Amino acid sequence: MMKEYRTIQEVAGPLMLVRDVEGVTYNELGEIELPNGTRRRCKVLEVNGSDALVQLFESAAGINLRDSKVRFFGRSLELAVSQDMLGRVFDGLGNPSDGGPDILPDARRDINGLPMNPAARDYPNEFIQTGVSSIDGLNTLVRGQKLPIFSGSGLPHANLAAQIARQAKVLGGESNFAVVFAAIGITFEEAEFFISDFRRTGAIDRTVLFINLASDPAIERIATPRVALTAAEYLAFDKGMHVLTILTDITNYAEALREVSAARKEVPGRRGYPGYLYTDLATMYERAGRRIGNAGSITMIPILSMPEDDKTHPIPDLTGYITEGQIILSRELYRKNLQPPVDVLPSLSRLKDKGIGKGKTREDHANTMNQLFASYARGKECKELMTILGEAALTDVDKKYAKFADEFERRYVSQGYEENRSIDDTLRIGWELLTILPKAELKRIKPEFVEKYYPDTEE
Amino acid sequence: MGKIVKVSGPLVVADGLADANMFDVVRVGSQRLIGEIIEMRGDKASIQVYEETSGLGPGDEVATTGAPLSVELGPGLIEMIYDGIQRPLEAIKAVAGDVIDRGIEVPSISRERTWEFQAKVAVGDTVQAGDLLGTVQETVVVEHRILVPNGVGGVVKKIGSGSFTVAETICVLEVNGVETPLTMMQKWPVRVGRPYKEKIPPNVPMLTGQRTIDTLFPIAKGGTAAVPGPFGSGKTVVQHQLAKWSDVDIVVYIGCGERGNEMTDVLREFPEIKDPRTGESLMKRTVLIANTSDMPVAAREASIYTGITIAEYFRDMGYDVAVIADSTSRWAEALREMSGRLEEMPGEEGYPAYLASRMAQFYERAGRVYTNNSGERIGSVTAVGAVSPPGGDLSEPVSQATMRIVKVFWALDSALAYRRHFPAINWLNSYSLYLDRLSGWFDENINPAYSAQRGRAMAILQNEAELDEIVRLVGVDSLSPADRLTMEVARHIREDFLQQDAFGEVDAYSPNQRQFRLLQIVLNYQDWSAEAMERGADMKKLFELPALEEFGQTKFVPTEEYEETYNRIEKDLKAQIAALTGGEG
Repeated sequence: MMKEYRTIQEVAGPLMLVRDVEGVTYNELGEIELPNGTRRRCKVLEVNGSDALVQLFESAAGINLRDSKVRFFGRSLELAVSQDMLGRVFDGLGNPSDGGPDILPDARRDINGLPMNPAARDYPNEFIQTGVSSIDGLNTLVRGQKLPIFSGSGLPHANLAAQIARQAKVLGGESNFAVVFAAIGITFEEAEFFISDFRRTGAIDRTVLFINLASDPAIERIATPRVALTAAEYLAFDKGMHVLTILTDITNYAEALREVSAARKEVPGRRGYPGYLYTDLATMYERAGRRIGNAGSITMIPILSMPEDDKTHPIPDLTGYITEGQIILSRELYRKNLQPPVDVLPSLSRLKDKGIGKGKTREDHANTMNQLFASYARGKECKELMTILGEAALTDVDKKYAKFADEFERRYVSQGYEENRSIDDTLRIGWELLTILPKAELKRIKPEFVEKYYPDTEE
Repeated sequence: MGKIVKVSGPLVVADGLADANMFDVVRVGSQRLIGEIIEMRGDKASIQVYEETSGLGPGDEVATTGAPLSVELGPGLIEMIYDGIQRPLEAIKAVAGDVIDRGIEVPSISRERTWEFQAKVAVGDTVQAGDLLGTVQETVVVEHRILVPNGVGGVVKKIGSGSFTVAETICVLEVNGVETPLTMMQKWPVRVGRPYKEKIPPNVPMLTGQRTIDTLFPIAKGGTAAVPGPFGSGKTVVQHQLAKWSDVDIVVYIGCGERGNEMTDVLREFPEIKDPRTGESLMKRTVLIANTSDMPVAAREASIYTGITIAEYFRDMGYDVAVIADSTSRWAEALREMSGRLEEMPGEEGYPAYLASRMAQFYERAGRVYTNNSGERIGSVTAVGAVSPPGGDLSEPVSQATMRIVKVFWALDSALAYRRHFPAINWLNSYSLYLDRLSGWFDENINPAYSAQRGRAMAILQNEAELDEIVRLVGVDSLSPADRLTMEVARHIREDFLQQDAFGEVDAYSPNQRQFRLLQIVLNYQDWSAEAMERGADMKKLFELPALEEFGQTKFVPTEEYEETYNRIEKDLKAQIAALTGGEG
């Protein structure tokens, strides 16, 4: 018989102190039964002698200290997993919320997972074609990578993420593909955008949705991404699927974490976020990857909105230190009506070098990529100079660079959300743009590639 | 035997541990998780547990092992990948599969594997701590020297060559009349530096094949360096480059709270890369410590010490060892987390007040030393730590504490990284305090003009930064021809010399003679052009010489051919410049 405690000493914010407990262990899952029979879940944050400090996953409203009962389950929060999850919608704690039946579990998994052995990891090096030039050409995504989108309020990150989910494919690859989507404290409309986009393209049948909306309890959000990743791990490593995991919005998650930390009166790190935010985020992000001898993979695209578009804010900052690059959306480009407004210079894919080149994309990919980057950077500098000093101050070459930068943004970056470019298209457009510059400026491209790929011009 | 009274994340408090000592290793709970005592009050001990503590609760048992956290040292270390407390990850994989479960016990060094031991002393010889007993060819490139353990010494009673495991007795010493058997393996507590006779000033460079580092900001063997930089500035690539190309005998690479895939990258890539000095795979001289960011935070704190202790062990054999830690900021965060759980009064930004002293202790274990033995043997440990300042802001405590200790500072700059200038080492903010000490070596061994040339290149770059401000204000046309030339030469230094492609087949490693020649050509170009301009040569044409274009492509020229190509380009340059003034030569 499971022991019930009626010894709730205090409830403050998301925390609750239970007295005189016995045999309760750290990180254990518990349940509170309210006088009216409602049950809510919680977990043990700290045990000190016979006191248990418990974190609620749901609202504390209605908890009566005298009459509410607490039970502990002797295990941590688990998710029932099965392949039948595909096509279903769940709440932020993993309970079905689409009116359908419960999942007949194939297994129950601890939502916290276990750290992947670095010796068991397989290095991600399979090119994923997203059909977006600014990603495929310059910040290439590979299977098993975690590549976040750094966005800001009001920027079209949802469109870009949906476009990637829709278009992503491996060249000549099979289609054992699934999407795990976790909505973490986003609005109904934003969640609805994704769902209707998945439905429109038929992807919904291969998608598992975990929805914690802005109106749902904030502390539930601490579990949502972990629940989603547990489902992703099951599909990827037990069922051999290639899972694209989209987590949006990490900023809401971090704020929920801050709420709990503040309630525990922990010494805060930067901007009131707990000192362990890095470790906490890492235990989520690092669950992406591939394993040696396993067909499946988890590719992760976390989306986060940078408060005040500030990249040095702790959430984007710590995320950038863990993830393998970042795609940054720029408000300036968005105002110029470039779609998607990917700011390619500060964007980065750390794994691109392993996913491109001969046999993967094309032999000249790396060289042209570097050349485009360098030329665009110089072009932007020239344009800056032009605004200060006027066009006359620029040398002829610099003027060409300025023109290059404009054309690059217009043709290469701004492709809209519907166009699906093959990697060959992307490379071709890149070469066409490079013809704006004098041939001698193509210093980063091996001469033999210039010879082979330089487009014929009329001159 | 103690009992748990409190569990809070990785911190466990247990009472009934009056027998335990500070920093003893304890076993916690029924799964016998590994922990370390970090605080004692009465018979209550605060324990940091190196594994995930879910499922622990009051009443669970805690037993002390009576010994501090130690590493096992002996043949079998090289080519291994360990976690932060020296558990071999490959062996864990064999036991637990793809994830790291809890309570797994595997020996750090294989007890089964046998090694060919070659005795180097004879029965009757008197040996003292640190003296050579014999050798084992551990890998093609590493001769593992079996030394008399510290604190032992006496007369050799029995010794013989042959095939042994690390647990078997290879030698018997008579110490004060007592026979002491010795094996090839010893243990050493990680938090205590291994003793040496004397530190000596570092005056030999650690050559890295990286142009920006070797030429502009060199590091000495036995020196300390930090690589700070915001994310995306290429810290890890710089660290990997150092691990790959440094001219040391052993590399200990510590992945401390960083990405799992980065360690996988090292694991997969290093065996494929050939050391330019030995022609053998780089893995044959490398020990990896991987405590990635998702692994338990307390073991992250220990990983740095585990790594440097292994490095010191090889140093004692007379080797040059490089310890590369990526990243010390994550280590500091682990300290902060434990400190917070201990409810200590925080210092700056929540970091404990002892942050700076702990960092200093770590870096001070680097150095070039006369090792502890009867003869004269020199070994070195060079420590390089990455720093990940939040938001790239170097005023934060970890960066500041590091800057106070290290002698070389390679400041990575995100602005350079955006321009794809790699390695993104900012030449204006970086420094090397070994410059004076090492210039003698470079002048003697590479070229007598080495330091002079380096000074000149730095002056040009400094000059460029000043001129750049003027250009930004009033445009490039306002500069005098001489200044225009300086700008142009600085551009060549940046683009043709400083930029180095870590993934380029040829460019990844640049021998020092080649570095010297490359820079020499750029500087000669400046001299000849200045002269030509005085004689009325057209500036624009000078900047657009065909030979310059070819010069920009020389990074792809294979090592065997570079001398010839450089000579030819230099000759062409000279001729083309001369042609502009109408003169000959």
